[in-house]
Amino acid sequence: MVEWSDFERATIQDIFGKMDYDDVGPAALSRCLVVYPWTQRYFGGFGNLYNAAAIASNPMVAAHGKVVLRGLDRAVRNMDDIKGTYAELSVLHSEKLHVDPDNFKLLADCLTIVVAARMGKDFTGEVQAAFQKFLAVVVSSLGRQYH
Amino acid sequence: MSLTDKDKAAVKALWAKISKSADAIGADALSRMLSVYPQTKTYFSHWPDLSPGSAPVKAHGKKVMGGVALAVSKIDDLTNGLLELSERHAFQMRVDPANFKILSHCILVVVATMFPKDFTPEAHVALDKFLSAAALALSERYR
Repeated sequence: MVEWSDFERATIQDIFGKMDYDDVGPAALSRCLVVYPWTQRYFGGFGNLYNAAAIASNPMVAAHGKVVLRGLDRAVRNMDDIKGTYAELSVLHSEKLHVDPDNFKLLADCLTIVVAARMGKDFTGEVQAAFQKFLAVVVSSLGRQYH
Repeated sequence: MSLTDKDKAAVKALWAKISKSADAIGADALSRMLSVYPQTKTYFSHWPDLSPGSAPVKAHGKKVMGGVALAVSKIDDLTNGLLELSERHAFQMRVDPANFKILSHCILVVVATMFPKDFTPEAHVALDKFLSAAALALSERYR
């Protein structure tokens, strides 16, 4: 089981408690599609992803960004069993969506950048460490059921 | 994944906006790296003080960003432009090149916190590619 310090727990609850999922989700996903364009392979049915402007204004990308953040919320609310919480989602990403698990880290990095931009100097090194630890656990859990 | 003309233009445009804060960016990025990735502290065991914002960390952050500035100026030929720095990292400092990625990530985070409006997705991809290309040039002399 993952050990969380009081600081880490409080930091994660604080960041996500104050977060506007409907803003951050679309921002993180669209950034991922721009910064790591090969991730677009999973969104063939999403229409125009031709350039950064198109991606930023694409309603399907925005909608899916919200879905992703709501999925992340489940880990926020179950920090003591992220592995169990994501077992089904892991199977889904492997068996149905066929997502290369290396992509989870790419999206996690984009989410880190988006949150850093929103928080400014409040995103201290300690906060960054806690946030990245949380995302690393999420990434690991989502990759766990792949075979 | 080499740098296109568009990437180079984007890097230079972003650098123009952020370069006067280079010392602060370097100090913050290095401080962050040491606390978020504690294994990186192993390279600095000779410093009296590794805490964020300490004198050695600030001085070294400034030096690192001097290297980034050099890379920007040699953006059309990073391999040759960073050859001397590569030799120092390879033979003197012997920094495992995996750490270049770690420091690059910390630089990106700091730029995002300090310049949220300028660090658009397009600026982000250009800077990420540039730092990766610089890291590759820095690894040139390793083996």
